[in-house]
Amino acid sequence: MEDFQLASIVVSTIRNAPVLMFAALAGLFAERSGVVDIGLEGKILASAFASAAVAYATQNPWYGILAGMGVSVALAMIQAFVSITQKGNQLVCGIAINIAMSGLTFVLAQFFFQQGGRTPDLRNARLVDVILPGTAALDHIPVIGWLYGHLIGGQSVLVYVAFLLLPVVHWVVYHSRFGLRLRACGENPHAADAAGVSVERTRYLAMFVAGVLCSFSGAYLTLVQSGFFLRDMSAGAGYLALTALVFGNWRPLHTVLGCLMFGLFGAIQIQLEGVDIPVVGRLPGSLIQAIPYIVTVVVLAGLMAKSVAPKAIGKPFVKSR
Amino acid sequence: MKKTELPRWATGFVLPILNLMSALLVAALVIHLLGESPSESLRILVDSAILDPEGLAYTLFYASTFIFAGLAVSIAMQAGLFNIGAEGQMYVGGLGLTWAVLALDAHLPGWLMIPIAMIGAAVFGALWAFIPGYLQAKRGSHVVVTTIMFNFIAASLMNFVIVKYLIPEGQQNPASRVFADSAALPLLNKIFPVLGDTPLNISFILAIVALVIYGVMVWRSSWGYELRATGLNAHAAHYAGVRISRTIIVTMLVSGALAGLGAVNSVMGSTHYLSLNFPAGAGFVGIAIALMGRQHPVGIFLSSVLFGALIQGGFDLSLEKPNIPQETFIFIQGLIILFCGAMENFYAPAILKLINLTRKEA
Repeated sequence: MEDFQLASIVVSTIRNAPVLMFAALAGLFAERSGVVDIGLEGKILASAFASAAVAYATQNPWYGILAGMGVSVALAMIQAFVSITQKGNQLVCGIAINIAMSGLTFVLAQFFFQQGGRTPDLRNARLVDVILPGTAALDHIPVIGWLYGHLIGGQSVLVYVAFLLLPVVHWVVYHSRFGLRLRACGENPHAADAAGVSVERTRYLAMFVAGVLCSFSGAYLTLVQSGFFLRDMSAGAGYLALTALVFGNWRPLHTVLGCLMFGLFGAIQIQLEGVDIPVVGRLPGSLIQAIPYIVTVVVLAGLMAKSVAPKAIGKPFVKSR
Repeated sequence: MKKTELPRWATGFVLPILNLMSALLVAALVIHLLGESPSESLRILVDSAILDPEGLAYTLFYASTFIFAGLAVSIAMQAGLFNIGAEGQMYVGGLGLTWAVLALDAHLPGWLMIPIAMIGAAVFGALWAFIPGYLQAKRGSHVVVTTIMFNFIAASLMNFVIVKYLIPEGQQNPASRVFADSAALPLLNKIFPVLGDTPLNISFILAIVALVIYGVMVWRSSWGYELRATGLNAHAAHYAGVRISRTIIVTMLVSGALAGLGAVNSVMGSTHYLSLNFPAGAGFVGIAIALMGRQHPVGIFLSSVLFGALIQGGFDLSLEKPNIPQETFIFIQGLIILFCGAMENFYAPAILKLINLTRKEA
């Protein structure tokens, strides 16, 4: 019985994490280039709605993913225009996008589907889980069958994409030309500019990548997890992803570990609901929900580790003299 | 000679109006796409939020809360702090208020109960803002991120406290018990019967007083000078002898107290009990108000009334036009924040060109 619980915690951690991983890695590109991305939440919500609506209308999840990507990239470009070209306040822009999308997605969902701001159930238009070859043959073997069929296999394509992204992002950020320029723009845009790097173009490109990556987060929410769009269904995932980014010190591996940790908290929360724990007693779900945020504040306060943001973050780049 | 800076009347008046118009234009486009007439919608909105006396009372009732939220964000902005946590501070402020009322409302008369409850709201709001302020001042953790975290922590904490301790026995609704009459704010319709059966109460007057005090404190006191100096250039202010970390902490305390006071209007003026998620985004509207009002008392007042009118008019509009639900106005709020806050200088180059053109002709 205990083993079964542990197994389901592990599986649901793996399934919870991609929403945060996509968004956090998206934020990583934006913020490493020097643009604060508080607008992750709005982009997740918009792509979640677009994915669900288009997947339902076409009965094809892949079109849904494409639509989500289009919407998310469009929002990222608005952010880029405001933060880079207009040199406006990046925080304000992100918050504006979050608030606007929270309202607009509901209005559109209500307008198109008339179901109280949600989309109809996607049923066959959801992404199917991948069944690895030989799953049935191994299923009766105790540990290996579960490991192969339910942990490594039996996941949606997007889960694999999320985990494969980690090495890719790591390589791009630390070993590619673009990554070098990206980091330079986030740390010292004037030096990058003097070295002949176009800060504006690099930041626009970073925001484009952020838009693409963030769209998967929304698509995952609707096409894999819930099977429909619901008002404000992102429920703070964008902020939590940002938190993971702060927690992971803007480094890909640590950020993903942060996402997995938050995914674990989510999984434990469901398991702990109504269970008596020695000493503490019955821990209410609402307080467990707060743990990731409290942990982050502690980290931010430098009590566990020191989190150092990219130096030029949030500052518009003005070519000097 | 070409001037490169806009005159004050242009930045303070023309730009906000143009930005607001742009936001409303996009909103009108969306309303048009939803198959409704933007001009008719605007007429319904203005009729029910401004021209109708009862509607106007509701508009000002919502505005009272927004003024406090706007002041909370504005005063922090003066010191260069971006307080995104007004929502959480207002929520926790509501707890301080409720705690005082539940303990005392059976024993105290209204003239004593109301001020004590207000102090409770201000103190709890201030305490909730203190930790992010302290962490920013002493540990260098950015107030933007910590206040976001504190919004989420406040939501979880209040959920826990309300469900576990405040629901009266045998009740299902996640809310505290109803307050005694001594904790109800005097309504303004006692003096002005034309306002009808509306919740507009003395906290509107308090909000006006708060606006005046804010103006005097920020621009006419030495504390306000230190506050603004810190916001303009913390290094220079430090060099001039301003104790930066103390200014930051005190500013956040004041900001949190103002946000906490925002709870007074809706909890003691209307519902008379503490309910789950009662601020309903008012703290975030405060950000929009501070940005649009450019942290100036008159600006804060005008934008609070505008947002109050959008809420009140939007409610009536959603009843008449099912295609334009209330959430449309959340979208419009976002647009206003985008155009008036993030893209505030979008039209500046064009206006500058125009001004310089007329100058040349003159």
